[in-house]
Amino acid sequence: MKYKLIVCSFFLLGFSATAPGRQLLTGPFKQYHSIKQALSKSQAGDTVLVFTGTYKEGNIIIDKPIYFKGTGNPVIDGELKYEVLSVKSPNVIIEGFTIRNSGHGSLDDPGGIKVYASNNVIIQNNKIENNFFGIYIQYSKHCLIRNNFIISNATDEQLIGNGIHCWKSDSLQITSNEIQGHRDGIYFEFVTNSDIFMNHSKNNIRYGLHFMFSNNDSYVLNTFTGNGAGVAVMFTKNVKMFHNVFEQNWGDAAYGLLLKEISDSQIAGNTFISNTSGIYMEGTNRIMVTKNSFHQNGWGMRIQASCMDNIITKNNFTGNTFDITTNGSLVLNNFDGNYWDKYEGYDLNKDKKGDVPYHPISLFSVIVEMNPPAMLLYRSIIVSLLDKSEKLIPSLTPDLFRDNTPLMRAIEL
Amino acid sequence: MYRIMKYVMLDILKNKILLFYTLLLAVLSWSVFSLEDNATKGLLTLLNMVLLTVPLIAVIFSAIYVYNCGEFIELLVSQPIKRTKIYISIFTGLSISLLLAFLAGAGIPILIFSFNLSGLHLIMAGIFSTLVFTALAFLSASLTRDKAKGLGIAILTWLFFALLFDGIILFLVFQFAEYPIEKMMIGISVLSPIDLSRILVLLELDVSAMMGYTGAIFKEFFGTITGRIFTILLLLLWTIVPFLIALLRFRKKDL
Repeated sequence: MKYKLIVCSFFLLGFSATAPGRQLLTGPFKQYHSIKQALSKSQAGDTVLVFTGTYKEGNIIIDKPIYFKGTGNPVIDGELKYEVLSVKSPNVIIEGFTIRNSGHGSLDDPGGIKVYASNNVIIQNNKIENNFFGIYIQYSKHCLIRNNFIISNATDEQLIGNGIHCWKSDSLQITSNEIQGHRDGIYFEFVTNSDIFMNHSKNNIRYGLHFMFSNNDSYVLNTFTGNGAGVAVMFTKNVKMFHNVFEQNWGDAAYGLLLKEISDSQIAGNTFISNTSGIYMEGTNRIMVTKNSFHQNGWGMRIQASCMDNIITKNNFTGNTFDITTNGSLVLNNFDGNYWDKYEGYDLNKDKKGDVPYHPISLFSVIVEMNPPAMLLYRSIIVSLLDKSEKLIPSLTPDLFRDNTPLMRAIEL
Repeated sequence: MYRIMKYVMLDILKNKILLFYTLLLAVLSWSVFSLEDNATKGLLTLLNMVLLTVPLIAVIFSAIYVYNCGEFIELLVSQPIKRTKIYISIFTGLSISLLLAFLAGAGIPILIFSFNLSGLHLIMAGIFSTLVFTALAFLSASLTRDKAKGLGIAILTWLFFALLFDGIILFLVFQFAEYPIEKMMIGISVLSPIDLSRILVLLELDVSAMMGYTGAIFKEFFGTITGRIFTILLLLLWTIVPFLIALLRFRKKDL
């Protein structure tokens, strides 16, 4: 229903913005030479059509519901001093521009495009380069951000803003954007009922996606590659994370997916490849983790003892150095019915489930958790011996931390 | 010198035990690679073999061989040949034949199934395991005339480096958990040839294991070209020094 409403509203919007209004042509050899001039002459429902050229006009404010369209890739340059585009009206469409070089400043957070408390804004097919914040949305509803290419070359976390920054908004759609080199690729704080769909967020300094206090959101089919610390979802409930790819998030404090104080959410069909930790969970409750693939991570999952009532089932754990670790002996989560490539049991009654429980926590992973330098002994013979004996008679590892019905074959995903 | 080496090599290559060793390695490696679905896992299994079996066979076989050719050595010493030359040629002949066995048994399947840097590093680790433990066998043989004792020392050396040493490290790690011991750990791991070979392969193979702060420090040291050259130099030292000590003792020995 929500989708339908949004789609309908966009159709209505599109018609209202293009059909009845006038066209105000802007360009070096056109009716208006500057964007500001055209904007000041425009009325609600007009189209301001901007032709090829570079426009350096300081801060451009759109305060009428217009269709602001670039044709032939016009460039709007903020000369590293101004916020480039400020949207202060609902029902605005911004399309086809290259927006670059916004000013920097941590007091007023200038952005390439900043939407101020305006609903039904569409920002699509733009190239947004080298801005402090790429696209900044605050106090807005029903906005669509689609097909934008947002790039920056930041080196320091303190000197750059986020690619797509959303604050206190509702029903946003962030679709098919590519974000590189910002602080956080996509940042959500107090944003509800929104969808993040098919974006590619890579090589950002901090998180690919950063999620705080944002309930009832979903992110689906996104790819997060090589971000400084992976993806963080914090202090949130009812998040749906489906079919995303988390890959190459390497480093000391990098996680494929960092969950902190999350409850009642679903993580399904995702792929975690080559991360230091696939999923790191802390204070996480009632999460369903199912049909995910954990492949070649340092740790498949790190579940702190502060997590409870999570169900981890039907996942594939393959080629991870450690499948799961925890930092306590209390086990309040369920791990039944996963596939573990390290499982060495048998299946006599051929029900495709192993007859002996699998203990995913190895003694060595407990030792390393207590004492990281012991990592030097990884794969040494004494460690293998200790692990083997611990598997037979668990004494140091939590005995209840086990998969009672480990699968014999990997699940087809 | 080459004639002695050739003779030793031919003598050993005809040996049934060496043939068995080659077959064992071959069967293990081929089966590991055909059973495991990905080559990396196969390499990891083989790594354990290289770190356990190869040194054991090298050290026992060489020690027995050195004792068995005692009469042959006496015969050679009576000829106008320098003792150094005799000893070096026996060492070279012995290690070349062991290396051939390793390369034929494990090297070929590794190259076939996993022809990449990690595979090459594993082969290098195997080569050094063989060399170092052959040298250690010479050392233990030079320490005593008694064959049983010498063999005992050889096996103990292997046991020490393969198992006990890591146990000691683990113990130390727990004892000094409160201190920043990462750099010290690098220093200590240098003291065991098996650990050195393991780290050499691991850094190439299983980078995901070396993580966190400790991992970063290890990688910073062992992962760079300098660190790698340093590791290889250390392994060479581990071959040369025991052999030199054995050689010096042999030169002065009253046969």
